Formats: sequence, C-alpha cells, structure tokens
Amino acid sequence: MPAFRTPPVAPSRITPKEAYLNRRGFLGMAGVLAGSTMAGVPLFSDEARAAKLATTPGPFVTSEPLTPRETVTSYNNFYEFGTGKSDPLNRSGDFKPEPWTVTVDGLVAKPQTFTIETLTALPQEERIYRMRCVEAWSMVIPWAGFTLNTLLEKVEPLGSAKYVAFTGVKRPEQMPGQRGFFQPMAWPYVEGLRLDEARHPLTLLATGLYGETLENQNGAPIRLVVPWKYGFKGIKSITRITLTEQQPPTSWNLMQPEEYGFYANVNPAVDHPRWSQASERRIGGGGFFANSGQRETLPFNGYGAEVAHLYSGMDLKANF
Amino acid sequence: MDLPRLTPNQRSASIWLLYVLGLIPGLWGFYLGATGQIAGDPVRVFEHLLGLWALRFLCLSLAVTPLRQLVGINLIPWRRALGLLAFWYVLAHVSVYLLLDRGLNLAAIGEDLTRRPYIMLGMGALVALAPLAITSNFWSMRKLGKNWQALHRLAYVALVAGLLHYILSLKVMDGEAIFYAGVTVLLLGYRLVRPLVRAPNRKKTARQNTENRSADMPTR
Repeated sequence: MPAFRTPPVAPSRITPKEAYLNRRGFLGMAGVLAGSTMAGVPLFSDEARAAKLATTPGPFVTSEPLTPRETVTSYNNFYEFGTGKSDPLNRSGDFKPEPWTVTVDGLVAKPQTFTIETLTALPQEERIYRMRCVEAWSMVIPWAGFTLNTLLEKVEPLGSAKYVAFTGVKRPEQMPGQRGFFQPMAWPYVEGLRLDEARHPLTLLATGLYGETLENQNGAPIRLVVPWKYGFKGIKSITRITLTEQQPPTSWNLMQPEEYGFYANVNPAVDHPRWSQASERRIGGGGFFANSGQRETLPFNGYGAEVAHLYSGMDLKANF
Repeated sequence: MDLPRLTPNQRSASIWLLYVLGLIPGLWGFYLGATGQIAGDPVRVFEHLLGLWALRFLCLSLAVTPLRQLVGINLIPWRRALGLLAFWYVLAHVSVYLLLDRGLNLAAIGEDLTRRPYIMLGMGALVALAPLAITSNFWSMRKLGKNWQALHRLAYVALVAGLLHYILSLKVMDGEAIFYAGVTVLLLGYRLVRPLVRAPNRKKTARQNTENRSADMPTR
C-alpha cells in the first residue's frame, strides 16, 4: 500500500489564518442582515471557537487545492442543528463539546471510557482527504486526528467482533435540530462500519481540521472520517463506539433503506434513486464562476487502490 | 374588509413597486454569489433560492382569490405581477440549472430530463406557466374570453408540479417543505370545497361583484 506519498501541498499554499479571518471581516453584518431574509443562504463567517492543535504531517495527502477553511466551517450537513446548510454554523452556539467522554465497549477485552483530553493527547496526524457528499458535492479537507485502529488496539477487539457501531449525541437542549415538533430522523445519530473497514489505515477519528480543534458545526469534539464513503458515514460528536457481531443499524439506512445502504461507498456507477452520482461539484470557494464545473466522481472517491480489496467478490450494486 | 382607496396612478405605482421589490431577493442573491460571498456551493444555493422564490410568488398569486372571497381583501390588481414574478423566478432558476449547474452539458441535461422525475416535474411546471405568462396581458384576456380563465387553471398544475419537484430534490422533508406542502393543500383544497362553501353566499357575492366591476378581472 502506498502509505507514504510526498506531501505536495507546500506550506506557502495554505492560506494563513489571519488572511482568511480578516478577508471577510465586513461580511459579519451583511451575514446577519441577509441571513434572516435570504432563506437561509449560507454566508461565510469569521466566528472561530477552535483552539490550536499540534499535528504532524501524516500519510494520505492529495495535491488537489484545499477547500478554504471558511467554507468547510460554513457549509455543513449536521441535522442535529437543523437541515439547512448554514444551520450547523448559526445554531450550534449552545453546544458544549467539553467535558466529553467516548466509551468503547462491546466485544472487546478492555472496555474503556476515554476523556477527550486523553484522545487529543494521542499523536495527531494531518490527513488531507477528499470528502464526497451524497448530495453530489465534494471538498478537500486537511483533517487532524488519529486512526480509529489506534483506539481499537487499546481496547483489544475479541475474535467474535465483526462490526463497529458508533453513537452520536442527543442533547435537545443544546441542539436545536433535535427540538420541536418536526424531527427529520431519530436521535441520536448512529453509524457503523465493518471491522476491517474500521481498522483500515485511512479510517480516521478526527479531532480537528486546518490545525485547530473541530468547530461545533464540524462535529466537535471528535468525529469519524471515512474518505472512500459518502460523507454521511462520518458520524459527528461521537459518544460511544461498540464492537458487535451483527451489522449495526445506521441512521440514513433506517430512514430510507432504498436510497442509503450500509456500505455507502462512493460509486459513480450506482446512482441515488433520485439523482446521478456520476459527477460532483468540487467546492473550492469563490463565486459562481470560480468553481461551477462538474467533475467526474471516482470509484471509492479515488481511494480504490487502498480499499477496493476490502470488497473483492462483493456485488457493489446490491451492497450500495 | 376594505383597503385604502388608491388613485389609478397610485395603484399603477404600487404595481411597479411590487415588481421591483419582488426582484430584489434574486438580484441580491446573484450579487452575493457572483462576488464569492455565498459559502459552500454558491451555484446550488442561488439555484435553490430562485426556485423557492418562484414557489413563494406562485403561492401568493394563488392566494389572491381566496383572500378576496373569504376575507374580502381585493388584491387582484397585483395578481398579474405576482404571477409574472413567479414565472421570472422559474426562468432564472432553469437558466441557472442549465448554464451554471450543468454548464450546458447537453448529455447530462438530457439524462436528467429523461431519468430524473424531479427534473421532469420542474420542467413540467415551466411548461405549464409559460402560456400563462404569455397570455397575462389585457389583449389576450379579451381575445380568449372565457377560455382565459380555463387556461389559467394551469397555475394549479404548475404549483403541484413545482412543489413535488422541490420535495423530491430534498434528502428529507424539512419544516420548510412541510410548510409549502400545507400551503398548497390549503390553496388547492379551497378551490375544491369552494362550490360547497360558497353556495349559500352566492347572492351576496353576486352583489359584491357588481359593485366591484371597476376592478373586474376573471377570477381563478
């Protein structure tokens, strides 16, 4: 496996924080004005609640231009805060990602509860991954974190463990999308992986992005990143990781099983029943004319060389 | 309920003001998107904004008749502007889809049109609205006579197609989609139950209609 490639993103190409924070300074007011009248149009935001996070460059980088931080933190699907793309940014202010613990249990020899401080004290790698949303857009994001396998080794999975189940968080008092008459789905959000997928070196538990801890809208304080699968597999604000023998339930599959499968591998050959997955729009910042081009979607989001062997012999059209 | 009486000049000015105000959301969205101020996928966000405003104006134009018949508020002088605004937003929405979203990739557009029910429904709404926009002038009204009213019932078809187009494009029904589904049920449901509800009031309405002849236009 080509685990170590030359990191082609030179430090000079990464926008310094002051630049991206100041550039849109005047927009704060415009955002407030327009946000209330423009049907929830997501506007860039300066708001930064994140703290510095020490990282070392990890394997798996890409030469593609990064999606600007302000875009990664302004345009999110995190229905716990609302179904609009700007809701996670605008409505996550009450969420408290500290104190936080992650319980790892189930079919393991050493079930444990980790504090978030313990987890951020682990060596944090920077991984630059493509992220392909099931809605046919994509980003390139410099995550910080450690492999899920690092954590699994600490709890020693038993031989009977076949799957890993993840549980998000249910805090209606802090998460406005979980309150009120209309709820788009059952809470907490749940996700799952096969154990071999979970132990794959690409599978990351992210604690930060752009060298800082995660913002609430990105899944603070810790979330899953599985770059060869659609973005909804990347469960945010994880509280529990349970190893199981049976395939665990997953939120989108529970809701619309004919549209969202358990595997959810990025696959241009299998369309969503209502729209095409053959192409995607890369979100890179800028206006209409900067990034309006569609690009072809790659099998396994371009990570086929690393992960295709996990599915050899499987019918990926049936196991979408 | 009576609105303040307007002189013909004031009424004409208020209609133009409605056109100008109605176009502001689209123009503002275009400005934000063209100057890189919309986060994420500006093309998709602008496209959705235009579609939503089309739906809003279509709902408003179809609310004019129930408002007049149930509450006695007569907004018929502004109805054409509401309908035309809806049509212009639909045209802009489709243009953004063809030019910016699909980048005039005819193969992709053809595939959408033949394989994606929500795209077909959206195009159906455009096709239903086009003849209404074309015949929205007084000359067409006179020329078509009774048929004008029948033709303009296509607005109901456009609303249903537009609403389904919107809902099918979503991953889940959210509060906003439920709101517009509810509004559509009310607006079209009113037309269904109207014969039952209005039968006892017919005499009174007939009298009102004679009195209101100065503002007379066919009623949908």
